[in-house]
Amino acid sequence: MVVLEVNGERHEVDVDPGTPLLHVLRNELGLTGAKLGCGLEQCWACAVIAGDEVVTTCVAAVGDFEGRPITTVEGLGTPERLHPVQRAFVEEQAAQCGYCIPAMVVRVAALLEQEPAPSDERIREALAPHLCRCGTHPRVLAAARRAAEEVAA
Amino acid sequence: MSLPADLATHPRLGTWMRLTEGETVTLYTGKVELGQGLISAIGRIGAEELDVALARVRVRTGDTAHALDEWLTAGSMSMTDSGTALRQAAAEARAALLALAADRLGAPAEDLVVEDGTVVAPDGGRVTYWELVPAGHLHGEATGAATPKAPGDYRVVGRAGARLDVAGLVTGATRFVGDLHEPGMLHARVVRGPGQGARLEDADVARAEAVAGVVAVVRDGDFLAVVAAREDQALRAHDALSAGARWREEAELPDQTTLTRWLLEQPAQSFRVLDGMPEADAPTGPLEPAPEAHAAYEATFSRPFLLHGSIGPSAALARWCDGALEIISHTQGPFILRAALARALGLEPEAIRVRHVVGPGCYGHNGADDVALDAALVARAVPGRPVLLKWTRADEHGFEPYGAPAAVRVAAHLDVDGGLADWSLDAHGLTHLSRPLQGLPGSGLLAAWTLAEPVERTPARPMLMPEAGIHRNATPAYRIPRTRIVKHFVDDGPLRTSSLRSLGAHVNVFAIESAMDELAALAGRDPLEFRLAHLEDERARAVLDAAAERARWSDRAEADGRGLGLAFARYKNKAAYAAVVVELSVDDATAAIRLERAVIAADAGQVVDPVGLVNQLEGGLVQSASWTLHERVSFDRRRVTSLDWDAYPILRFPDVPEIETVLLDRPGAPFLGSGEATQGPTAGAIGNAIRAATGVRVHDLPITPERLRRAAAEPELAASRT
Repeated sequence: MVVLEVNGERHEVDVDPGTPLLHVLRNELGLTGAKLGCGLEQCWACAVIAGDEVVTTCVAAVGDFEGRPITTVEGLGTPERLHPVQRAFVEEQAAQCGYCIPAMVVRVAALLEQEPAPSDERIREALAPHLCRCGTHPRVLAAARRAAEEVAA
Repeated sequence: MSLPADLATHPRLGTWMRLTEGETVTLYTGKVELGQGLISAIGRIGAEELDVALARVRVRTGDTAHALDEWLTAGSMSMTDSGTALRQAAAEARAALLALAADRLGAPAEDLVVEDGTVVAPDGGRVTYWELVPAGHLHGEATGAATPKAPGDYRVVGRAGARLDVAGLVTGATRFVGDLHEPGMLHARVVRGPGQGARLEDADVARAEAVAGVVAVVRDGDFLAVVAAREDQALRAHDALSAGARWREEAELPDQTTLTRWLLEQPAQSFRVLDGMPEADAPTGPLEPAPEAHAAYEATFSRPFLLHGSIGPSAALARWCDGALEIISHTQGPFILRAALARALGLEPEAIRVRHVVGPGCYGHNGADDVALDAALVARAVPGRPVLLKWTRADEHGFEPYGAPAAVRVAAHLDVDGGLADWSLDAHGLTHLSRPLQGLPGSGLLAAWTLAEPVERTPARPMLMPEAGIHRNATPAYRIPRTRIVKHFVDDGPLRTSSLRSLGAHVNVFAIESAMDELAALAGRDPLEFRLAHLEDERARAVLDAAAERARWSDRAEADGRGLGLAFARYKNKAAYAAVVVELSVDDATAAIRLERAVIAADAGQVVDPVGLVNQLEGGLVQSASWTLHERVSFDRRRVTSLDWDAYPILRFPDVPEIETVLLDRPGAPFLGSGEATQGPTAGAIGNAIRAATGVRVHDLPITPERLRRAAAEPELAASRT
């Protein structure tokens, strides 16, 4: 039994503590916003916020997350009630296939939480681990800049 | 008026749209959403022609349970095929609805106006579409009698606005195939050999069966898979089965470092390409030297095997119930996949339903179809249970059908006035089409080839169609007195290849546009002026001018280590026009290449969804920049070794240039496919900018710092050969 706090809710999950967190989020809790990309901690499609850190979840054991509040993309907002970062992604149309996008939304939200006015270089640096294959990078950068402006306003 | 092709095939209006509950309109397309924005573009066209708000529109994509078979979503043809057909179908539907309303309201149809699905008569009488046809089904067939709106009347098409599906994507609400969950669903993984063509000798099935949660281990010939109650259990069983399997490897791959020479030396079927069409009977011998030939240029360009490299693994959900199979897939062709599954599994096509659900972007023929057969084979072993099967990253990098390598030789002459006198291009390559297609013998599905009762692999065949595969964009758009374009099809590749976004156009345009710059230099002419002097098509000239103006081409300064490069192509010589200017810098010490800025100017005909169009064009530029500067499938003499993202790096955020895009809208002009328009020009512009920055020409992709340093050290190998 593992006890997790996800998006402000407490969950008791009956899984082996060695199970990757990603599988627990997706298959036990139904939170599929974090994606399985590579399963090798290389592409960061599976990223969530744990405590105040953005982490990969495809390998890390769920047992290591007890006592660390987790925020997934679903915890930021919904299509009806968008988080400011999500609104900025919609306004900039920062998605093509969209598979890698939820993790980038999480990354930008975490960045702005810590650094409300990041430079362009800092935004690029923060997003550097995230792979995107559609080439949506320019619009993601624009969305991050827009979100920063909105947070600052 | 004649009907658009897909509407002529499927003339019933009810096939294309229904009036649905909640005063919505459901549009159908046989094409599928691949991340290219199809749903939004189709939705806009339907909303426009029917005069309903975009918010009322739902779009349903490819499903074999619905009659609308529109073949493949490929080749940048969705708007041309489905968009044009739907536009006419919706115009006809609107006319039919107005005729009904005229009866109901007692006013002539031409006096009625439509306000968001409500028909209004001059006397104020009103009736909605949904009141006119309460059952929702539109009877009747398209006749060609209705005329779509004039572009001047557009209020949705061509206007900026949100893509219909973005909020779902950015909140994680959108369910991709790999996110699906059904009651009682099992998780599966395939165990593949160490390399393509490895044959299974022995598997320790018992060891995998002993893993907690395992429901079955499936072996059928060389096909080996595990299915378990939970995903982590399936992964553990996969690892156990993988560790206990013995494979026989017979493959002998060419030396990767001399792949280009290998390609040039292979026996090939050669075809003279005339007006974009390969002709079996036309002579392929050398051009007779033009009498006016003066200075000569010759060079050979190449590209390696490339990955589609979807960020998510190929996945399919399968359920086998009473001899019937249901598949949920991110295939590009639901009907085509259904036929291929039927053949591999010995079923009638009618016993199979294939339904499209979105997947990670595919960029062409990747593992999407193969994984559907894998999932079906597992589902057959656990009848009644839904099975979600995902490839591993190593499956994806090791077994997807790669983008084909190529060697492209250009030989050209200038006349005494510095104009092009003749041009010869030889494009050597492997197949760009190993999709499962109807009407071909054998199977295009990976697992089928080595089942206990195998269906043999469909033999590779040259594509003898206009602007296809190896010869896509092999014909320069420039006016040249004598040309000789030859396609050399090598039928026996060492690794599996198929369609990757833009097919041969990426490397052919890289070769042509690199050669154009070298020829301009040889003639002492500006690269822009040299191109314009050989271009008659006004729309081609317009995109070049627009890109050059936005990039301030004529003001560019000559500076060491910094350069601008320009390139142009019209995709397939018949789809969208695109010119690209790239500005980059090259580090003097390390030869590290930094993309600073890029400008795209494009003409895709009538613009439907401007933001979607920009996304496709800029995405194509970024993806092509990655191919051009970073990417190569690596292999040793036995097997592929680039099995993860560390071994196959792609472009990352810090390396993406600032991009400006200029759209040249052509109201009323036919839609021109744009999803593959910038790949070729981007490669050309990068090569030309590197040449401008360093004086060095690199002919082989990817243009890595190591290659650039080597070329700089051996100028006799690198510089234009005259």
